[in-house]
Amino acid sequence: MPPIPIATDADAATPLLSVRDLRVSFFLDEGVVRAVDGVSFDVSAGQVVGIVGESGCGKSVTMKAILQIVEEPGRITAGRILFRRRRGPGVPGDEPVDLARLHPRGAAMRAIRGAQIALIPQEPMAAFSPVHTVGDQIVEAIMLHARQWRPEGPALRRAEARRISVDLLRDVGIAMPEQRVDAYSWQLSGGLRQRAMIAMALSCKPRLLIADEPNTAIDVTKQAQVLSLLRELQRRHRTAIVFITHDLGVIAQIAQHVIVMYLGRVMETGPVDDIFHAPKHPYTRALLRSIPTLRVTPRAKLPIISGSLPHPLNRPTGCPFHPRCDVVLPEVCASRVPSLQPVGERQSASCFLHHAVEDTT
Amino acid sequence: MTRYVVQRLVLLPFLLFVFSVAVFAIVQAPPGDFLTAYAATLASSGSSISAEHLDALRREYGLDQPAYVQYLKWMRNLSQGNLGLSLEYQRPNAELIGERLALTVVLALFSFVFTWVVAIPAGIYSATHQRSVLDYVLTALNYVGVATPNFMLALILMWIAFAYFGIGITGLFSSEFVDAPWSLARALDLGKHIWLPAVVLGVAGTARLTRVMRANLLDELNKPYVMTARAKGLSELRLVLRYPVRLALNPLVSTIGWYLPALFSGSLIVATVMNLPNIGPLLLRALVNQDMYLAGSILLIYCFLTIVGTLVSDILLAWLDPRIRMDG
Amino acid sequence: MAVGSSAPSAAEERISVASNWTLVWWRFRKHRLALASAAVLIVLYAIVLCPDFFSTQDPELTEARLAFMPVQRLHLFDGGGFRPWVPAVVGKRNPITLRMEWTTDPGRAVGVGFFVRGHSYRVLGVIPANLHLLGAIGGGARAHLLGTDRLGRDQWSRLMHGTQTSMTIGLVAVTLSVVFGVLLGGVSGYVGGLPDLTIQRLIELLQSLPTIPIWLALTAALPRDWSPLRVFFAITVILALVGWTTLGREVRGRFLALREEDFVLAAELAGCSRARIIGRHMVPTFLSHIIATTTLAIPAMIINETSLSFLGLGIRPPAISWGVLLQEAQNIQTLALAPWLLVPGLMVIVSVLAFNLVGDGLRDAADPYSH
Repeated sequence: MPPIPIATDADAATPLLSVRDLRVSFFLDEGVVRAVDGVSFDVSAGQVVGIVGESGCGKSVTMKAILQIVEEPGRITAGRILFRRRRGPGVPGDEPVDLARLHPRGAAMRAIRGAQIALIPQEPMAAFSPVHTVGDQIVEAIMLHARQWRPEGPALRRAEARRISVDLLRDVGIAMPEQRVDAYSWQLSGGLRQRAMIAMALSCKPRLLIADEPNTAIDVTKQAQVLSLLRELQRRHRTAIVFITHDLGVIAQIAQHVIVMYLGRVMETGPVDDIFHAPKHPYTRALLRSIPTLRVTPRAKLPIISGSLPHPLNRPTGCPFHPRCDVVLPEVCASRVPSLQPVGERQSASCFLHHAVEDTT
Repeated sequence: MTRYVVQRLVLLPFLLFVFSVAVFAIVQAPPGDFLTAYAATLASSGSSISAEHLDALRREYGLDQPAYVQYLKWMRNLSQGNLGLSLEYQRPNAELIGERLALTVVLALFSFVFTWVVAIPAGIYSATHQRSVLDYVLTALNYVGVATPNFMLALILMWIAFAYFGIGITGLFSSEFVDAPWSLARALDLGKHIWLPAVVLGVAGTARLTRVMRANLLDELNKPYVMTARAKGLSELRLVLRYPVRLALNPLVSTIGWYLPALFSGSLIVATVMNLPNIGPLLLRALVNQDMYLAGSILLIYCFLTIVGTLVSDILLAWLDPRIRMDG
Repeated sequence: MAVGSSAPSAAEERISVASNWTLVWWRFRKHRLALASAAVLIVLYAIVLCPDFFSTQDPELTEARLAFMPVQRLHLFDGGGFRPWVPAVVGKRNPITLRMEWTTDPGRAVGVGFFVRGHSYRVLGVIPANLHLLGAIGGGARAHLLGTDRLGRDQWSRLMHGTQTSMTIGLVAVTLSVVFGVLLGGVSGYVGGLPDLTIQRLIELLQSLPTIPIWLALTAALPRDWSPLRVFFAITVILALVGWTTLGREVRGRFLALREEDFVLAAELAGCSRARIIGRHMVPTFLSHIIATTTLAIPAMIINETSLSFLGLGIRPPAISWGVLLQEAQNIQTLALAPWLLVPGLMVIVSVLAFNLVGDGLRDAADPYSH
C-alpha cells in the first residue's frame, strides 16, 4: 500500500486534533459522575501521544468522546474537540470541525469514524464478531468508506475490496493472508488477531489512530512485536496515534508526547523525556517512583501512593489528587482547582506548587 | 457434527419403537375397552345392545385378544403403512387424520409466522429503546400474554364477539363452505377465519419470544464488537441488525424446530374450545372412548414430529453458529 | 503501581459480613413489583390454608331455582358510615323463556359483616369452626359476591375452594419435579459413569415426548371411579414426571462443573463423605438458582392443571379447581348470560403473573453475576 501523505498542508503548526476543556458526565440514578472534567490536549499530525493513568481516570471515556461513541447515560456536557478533516468532496478548506457539536449518529460523524479517526479496541478477541470472517469485517469497513480508496470514478467492487484486505493483512505482517482473510477471529492466535485488528483500523487510511490499551490482552513478547509494528506503520503512513494505557513502560517505548490523567483531569503533559526524567507533578512523580526497579535494596518496602481512588460520586474538592498527595499545601489544594499551566518549554502541569493560585481559570 | 446427526437419525426408529410401546400401554391402561364405553353411551341414551352382539363385535375387532397381541397387530399394520381402523368412526385412521392434518399444519404455520413477525421486531425495539414508553407497554403486554392460557384468551374473545357483536367465531369455515370442495373462495374464507385462532394460539409464544429476544439482544449490545462496528462508522440501524441481532437470533432460530410440534400439541385445547377440525379434538375423543388404534397412531405421529423437531433445532443451531459447526 | 487501602466504611462492613441469604433479600427488596406480587401470593396461600374462612357460603350448596344470580357488588359505606352492604337481588320470570331473570336492586340492601358466623367447617380437616371473613347478616339473607352458577352454587365460595386446589397442585407438582430433578441430576453429574449415561438417555427420552398429548393420554387413563383425592395426587405425580427433565439437566451441568472446583477437592481431602460434600458444599452454591427456577416453573403447572381440568381430564367434580370452574364457561350462550363465570380464569392470570414477577425478582436477586 503506497503511503498516502496525510499532512498536505504547509501549516503543520495547527494541531490535527485539539481538545479544549472537554467534560463528559454520566447521569446515573445514584447521581452524576463527572468522568472527564476539563481535559485539554493537542495532537499534531504524525505524532504519537500517550495517555496514561489508573483505571477510572477517564482516559477511555475521553477516547470515546472523540469518536462520539459515549454510551448512555453518558454525554459530552462541555468543551470542544477540534479536528482537521482531510480535504475532499463536501469538505472545503482546512477549517477544523468541532466533533463535540456533531450528532453522534449523524452522517458527518459517521463519515469521520473509521475513515479519518480509527479505533484499535481493547480486546481483539471480543472486538471481532464471532460469526463473520475477519475478511468480511475488513471489507465492510473498506466498502463503507470506499471513497478513501477511489475518490472518483466507478464505485469500488467487493472483489477489489477483498484484494485490498489481503494486502492490508500482509502489511501488518500476517503470513498467508489469502487464507487468513477467510478465517474467523477465534481461529487466529492472540497476536494475529491483534494485527488483524490493526489492519482493520488502518483500512481506510485514517489521519488519527486511537489505540485503546492494545497490549492488555497479549503476552509480553507479542507486545513488543505489536509496538514495533505500530511504530513502523506510523512512520510509513504518518498517521498520528493516541495511545491509551496504564503501562508506563509502553509509553516510554512508543510515545513522543505524554498526557497524565487522574480522576478526569490532566495532571501533567509534556515530551516523553521530560515527563520521565523531570516530572513536575506530585502524581507523576509518585507513579514513576512506584515502578519496581532492580536497583532497590533487598527487602525494602515498595513505595505506594497512599490512600485509594475515591468513589466517583464522591470527588474531592479542589485538586482531585490532594487527599493522596505527599506534598499537599493544606488550605490551597483542598479549596481551589489548579489548571494546566506551562512549567517548561513544552511541559505543563496543574499543580499549585508550580504556579500561583491567581493563575487558575 | 455430521456424526452427531447420523447418530440421532439412526436412533430415531429405536426411539419410536420404545414410544410406541409406552403409548400403547397408556392407551390401553383404563379398564375396559372401546366397547364398554360404547355400551355405556348407548345405555345412557336409552338404547341397549345385547351381550352376544357385544361379544361378536369384540371378536371382530380383536378386542378379546391379550394386549400384546393387539400391539403386535398394530405394529404389523404400521409397518405396512396401515394406521388401522377407527372403532368409533368406522373409517380408516389414515383418512381421518389426513383430512385434519392439513388444517392443523396450516393453523400451526399461520401461528408461527404471526409469532415471529411480531416478536422479533418488538424485541429489537424494546432492547434498543429501553425505558421508553413503548418498551414499558410491550413489557407489560408480554407479562400478561405469558400469564394467559390460550384457551382462556379464546373464551374471552369468543364471549366478547358473541355478547357484544352477536357473532359466533367458531369453526374454520363459514357455513356455506364447510363441506364444499376446495376453491379459491374457500381458501379465502379459510384465511378470514383462521387468523383469529392463529393469533390466540400464538399470543403466549409471541410474548415469550419477545422477552427472550429482548434479553438476548440486551446482552449482545454491551459487547465490544458492537462498539468496534460503531467506531468503523456504520449507521446505527445497520450495525444493530447486522451484528448483535444476528447473534441474539442464533439461540432463537434453533428453537424453530420445536415450534411446530409445540404448536401442534398446543392447538389441541384451543381447537376444542373453538370447535376447529383439528387433530387435537380427534385425539381427545379417541382417548376418552378408547379408540385405541386412532389414539395410538396420533400419539405416535406427535412423538415423531417432536423428535424430528428437536433434531432440526440442533442442526439449525450448528449451521448458524460457525463456532459450533467447526468444533465438530 | 500499587495503592494502599483505607479502612472500609461502616456500610461496606455490614455488606461484607451479611450472609448470602441476607444479600439476596436486600436485593429482592428493591424490586417493588416483585414485592407486591409476593404479597399477592401470600394472600393466595392464606386462602389455600383455610378456604372456608374466606367463603361466604357452603360451596356445595345447590339451589337450582337460584341459578345464574348476578354479581352482588360489595359496597363498604352506607350513607357516611362504615357499614358494608350488597344490593338485594330481585327476580322476574321471563314469560317467553320461562327462565328467571335477575337484577340487582341498589335500593334494597342486604347487610354484610366481617367475621360473621356461618356454615361450619373444619380447619385443615381437623378443628371445627364456623367463623367467616365475610357473610350476609340476618338469617336467610344471601350475599353472592360473584353470583351463582347454573346449579345456584355461590361462585365466590367455590372460587376460594378452587384456589386451594389449583395453587396446591402447582406447588406440589413442582416440588416433586425439583426433588426428581435435583436427585437424578445430581447423581448423574456427580457420580458420572453408567448412572450418568442412563439418566441422560432417560432425560432425552422424556424430552422427546410431546407433553400435552402425553398428559392427556395419562390423565385419560385414570380410572373414572377413583376418589377426587386420589385423582388429585395422580395428577400431581403425572405433571411432575414429565416436568423434571429441564431442571435435571441443569443440575447435572452444574454438578459436572462444580466437581472440578477446588473447594470440592478440599472437602474430599478433608475426609468428608460424598453425601456431605453434595449436601453441604455443592448444593448451597446454586440453591438460590433452584429456588428461582422453581418459582418460575409453578405458573406452567398451574396453567397445565387448569387446561386439563377444563377439558374434563384433570381434577373431576365434585372436587373444585379453577379449571373445573371454567368448565361452566365453555358454552358461549351461558357465558353471555353469566360472564362472571370467567373469573376463575382471571385468577389464573393473576396468580401466574404474580409467580412470574416474583420468580424474575428472585432470579435477579440471586444471580451473583448480574451486578
